[in-house]
Amino acid sequence: MDKQSMRKERIDRGLKVRTEGIYAISSSREILYLLGPRLLLIGGIILLPFILELAPYWKRVVNIMCVYALLALSFDFLANYVGLVCLGGSFFTGVGGYLTAIFNVNLGLPIYLSIPLATVGGAVLCTALLLPCLPLRGVYFAIITLMYPLLLTRVIEALDILGGTNGITGLDSFPNGYVEQYAIIIMMLVFLFGMRRFVNQDIGLVLRGVKDNDQSVRASGINVTHMKLLAVFVASFIGCFSGAYVAHLYMWAGISLFALDFSIIPIASVVIGGGGTLVGALIGSFILVPLSEILRAFGSFRIVIYCAVLTGFIVFKSEGIMVYLQRKYHQFERWVKV
Amino acid sequence: MSEKGWPGHPPQWVELCWWRGQREPLKIKGADVEILIYGIINSITLSLLSLGFALVYSISRVPNFAHGALYIMAGYITWLFLNKFIAFPYPFAIVLAIALTGIIGALMYRFILIRIRGMEISEIIATYAIGLAILEGLRWGGLRGMTFTLPPFVAGSVKIFGANIDYQRIIIVGSGILIFVLLYLFTHFNKIGLALRGIAQDERAAMMLGIDSDMTAIISLAIGSGLAGFAAVLLLPLGSIIVEAGYNVLIFAIAVCVIGGLGSWGGTVVASFIIGFAQILTEAFLSSHYQMVVALLAIIITLLIKPSGIFGKQKELEERV
Amino acid sequence: MGEGMSAEPVLSIKGISKTFGGLKALSDVSFDIQQGDVFGIIGPNGSGKTTLINCITGFIKPGSGHVFFKGKEITAWQPHKIAHVGIARTFQIMRPYYSLPAYKNLIIPLWSPRARKTGGWRGGGKHGDRDTVAVDILEEIGFERDSRVPYKFASALPTGYLKRLELARCMALRPEIIFCDEVFSGLSMSEIAGMLPLIEKMKTEGITLIMVEHRLRELFRVAGRVMALNFGEKIVEGEPNFVIEDKRVREAYLGSEEV
Repeated sequence: MDKQSMRKERIDRGLKVRTEGIYAISSSREILYLLGPRLLLIGGIILLPFILELAPYWKRVVNIMCVYALLALSFDFLANYVGLVCLGGSFFTGVGGYLTAIFNVNLGLPIYLSIPLATVGGAVLCTALLLPCLPLRGVYFAIITLMYPLLLTRVIEALDILGGTNGITGLDSFPNGYVEQYAIIIMMLVFLFGMRRFVNQDIGLVLRGVKDNDQSVRASGINVTHMKLLAVFVASFIGCFSGAYVAHLYMWAGISLFALDFSIIPIASVVIGGGGTLVGALIGSFILVPLSEILRAFGSFRIVIYCAVLTGFIVFKSEGIMVYLQRKYHQFERWVKV
Repeated sequence: MSEKGWPGHPPQWVELCWWRGQREPLKIKGADVEILIYGIINSITLSLLSLGFALVYSISRVPNFAHGALYIMAGYITWLFLNKFIAFPYPFAIVLAIALTGIIGALMYRFILIRIRGMEISEIIATYAIGLAILEGLRWGGLRGMTFTLPPFVAGSVKIFGANIDYQRIIIVGSGILIFVLLYLFTHFNKIGLALRGIAQDERAAMMLGIDSDMTAIISLAIGSGLAGFAAVLLLPLGSIIVEAGYNVLIFAIAVCVIGGLGSWGGTVVASFIIGFAQILTEAFLSSHYQMVVALLAIIITLLIKPSGIFGKQKELEERV
Repeated sequence: MGEGMSAEPVLSIKGISKTFGGLKALSDVSFDIQQGDVFGIIGPNGSGKTTLINCITGFIKPGSGHVFFKGKEITAWQPHKIAHVGIARTFQIMRPYYSLPAYKNLIIPLWSPRARKTGGWRGGGKHGDRDTVAVDILEEIGFERDSRVPYKFASALPTGYLKRLELARCMALRPEIIFCDEVFSGLSMSEIAGMLPLIEKMKTEGITLIMVEHRLRELFRVAGRVMALNFGEKIVEGEPNFVIEDKRVREAYLGSEEV
C-alpha cells in the first residue's frame, strides 16, 4: 500500500448512523448497539459482588473502587465540563467523613440520617470555603483545593480538635454486608447516569459554556460565579457522600480521610480512563484501584507509579481509554486514495 | 488503604515546629526584642522558601507544584554526599546539591513541561504529580524517621540583646539578604537577568524583542529550583530532613505567593514578613500550634478582601477579552 | 435618524477614559445614542474602539467617566448585569462554545434570567422549548433549517456562520442595544450581502445598533450617524458622508481602506 497517496479516513459506522433519532428503536440490533454497553456496565457492576463471593477481600476492594469512582466522577465533571481543576478531592472526603462522625457519634443520629446530612452539610461547607476563589482564574482554584486538605490536616493535628491524630472512633457500621456493598454501587450508578443527564440539560450546557468561553456567558447575562458555585456544590455533594461512606465503612474518621490518595487517584483515573466522558472516570478507577491493591506491597511506591503514568498521559496528550473505545465503537477507519 | 497507617499519615512532627527541629517550641517570654529578632528570622526564612516559587511563576507562568519536593530532594542529596560519599567536604556538597537541583528543575521543564506549555491545567497536574512522585519516592526509598540530619554550618549560639540566637539562624538571615541583593543585581544589570524581568513583565513584547521564552523558562526553573535547594541547605540543619516538610514548604510558599500576589517578587517579600511576624506573635501570645492556622486564615482573608494579593495586578486574574 | 432631539438618549456616554500602564487607550470620549439608531464607530487600528465597547459593557472598568442607560447609571457594572438590562455585544475574536452543536450554543443565552423574563425571542421561552426556539432563531439568522448545519458542532462551522451565530447569541437575549464588534470583518462579499438583511431586520425590530467597523462601504449603507476615533480621542461625529470628508479622519486613515 503506497502510503504517499493514501490518507486515513474516519467515518461513523453504519450502525451508528442508523441509530440516530427515532430509528434507534427500529430493530433489536440498533437497540442492542445503544443499550449494550450500558447494560454491560450496570449488569456487570451489580453482579460483581456475587462473582466475588469466593474472595471476600476483593468485595471490600469493590467498595473502595466505587468510592474512588465517585470522586473521579466529580473531578471529571469539574475539570472537563466546567473547567475547574480540583486538586484536592480529599478535601471533600475529609469534610464528609468528619461531619458524619460528628452527626453519628457526637449527636447520636442513626447512620441513615447522618450520611445524608453529612452529604448536604458537607457540600454547603465545602462550597462556602471555596467561594472566595471562584471569581478568580482557574489557577487559584487549583491552588486552594490543593492547600485545603493539607492545611486542615495540620490544623486538626495542631489544635487537637475532632479527635486529633486519633480521630473519631465508634461510628456505626452498615446494617449488613449487602447494604454496605450495594449502597455504594447503586449510588455510583445513580450519580453516573444522573450526571450524564445533568450535563445535557440546559443548565448543564450553561456550565459547559463556562468552560469554553466564560466571557461569552457573561455577555449573555448569566452570573458566572453563581454557575461555578452550583458546579462546586454538585461536585462536593458527590465527594462528601463518598467521604461519609468511607467513614462508616471503617467506622472511624481521622485525618487519613484527607490523605493524598483521595486526591491523586481520581485525577489519575480520569486522565487514564478518558476525560470528558463521565464513564471514563469509572473505568479508570476500576483499573487503578485493583491495581493499587495488587501493588500494596510496594508501599508509597504506588503513588510514584501513578504519578509517573499520570504525567506520561498528560504529556503525551493521550486521549484516555474511554475516548479511544468510544471512537472505535462509533467509527471505523480506512485508507482511501487521495 | 484499609489500615490506619496510610501513606501520607504524618508522624508526630507538629509539636516539633518543622523547621526548628527537635527543640521544644520557642518559649518566647513576650520580650519585644526577642519577638523582633525571631520575627525577622522567620520572615526571611519564609521568603527564602517562597522566592523560588514566585520566580518561576512570574517568569514562566508555570506554577511549580514540585517546589517542596525539590527542597527536600536538595537536602537529601546533600545528606547523601556527606554520608554516603564521605569524601566530599560540606561546602562542596552544598554547592553540588544546589547545582544538581537546579539542573533537575531545568530538565523537568525541558523534557516534560515544555510539551504542555500554556495549558495551565495540565502544567499544574504535571508539576504536582512530579512533586508527589519525588516526595513519595523518597519516602519509599528510606527517608523515614528523624535520623536524616544536616550539621549546622557553625555550631553554637550567641547572645544578641539578651536573646539566644544560633549562629545558623544568623547565617540564614545573612544569606537571605545576600541572595536578595544578588537577585536584584542580576535582574537589573545582567543581560540574562534583564531578559527574565522582561518576560516577567510582558511575555509577548519580550518575545518580539528576540527573547526566547522557552530559554527563559528553563533558566527560571533552574534558578527557582536552585533557590529551593539553597533554602533547603540553609534551613534543614535546624531540624531533620522529613518528607512532610516538603508538603509544608509547598503550602507556605504558595500561601506567601498568593498573599503577596502571584507574580510579584516584592509582594512575596512583603507577604513573608507579614506572615512571619504574625506567626511569631501568635506563638508568643497564644501557642505554637497556631502557625498553620495563621497561614490558612491569611489566605482566606486575602481572597476575600483583595484576591489578587498585595501587589498583584487585578488584570492578571481574569482572561483577556 | 437624526430625530429624537427632545427624546432622552437611550445610551449616554460621558467622558470615558482608560489608561493601561503608560498607554492612554481612551481620552474623554462622550456621545449620545437615540433609540433605534444605527451608530457607527470607526477609526484606525489601535484607536480604542474595542476598549470603548469593553468599558461600556462592563468587561473593563473605565478609569473615569460615566455610562447612562435610559437615564440610569450603569458605569462599571458587572458584564452580566449590563447584559441583563438589555445591552448585548459581540466579540471581535469569536469563540463559540466549541464543544456544543450550533443550536445548543443558543441555549446559554436562552437560559439567562433576561431571556426567561422577556420570554425569549418571539416569545418561545417556555422551559424545555429552548431547543425549538434555538433552531428558530438560527433560521432567522440564515442557517438553513432542514440541513445539518444547525446541528453541526460549532468547531466545524466556517467564519460566516460563526459571525451570524454571534449575532444570534445577542438576539436571543431580546436586547435593546447590540454592540457589534467588527461583524463584517473576515467575511466574503456574498456573506456580507447575507448579513445586511439581518441588520435591517434588527432595525425594524427596534433594536439600537452600535457597530464598530473597518469596512466603511458596508457600514455607511446602514449607519445613520458615525463617530471617528483616533488614538483614543473622538475626532468627529455626524452623518457618514460628512465624517468621511473630514480632513482629520482622512489623515487618521491614511494608508488604510478608502471609501
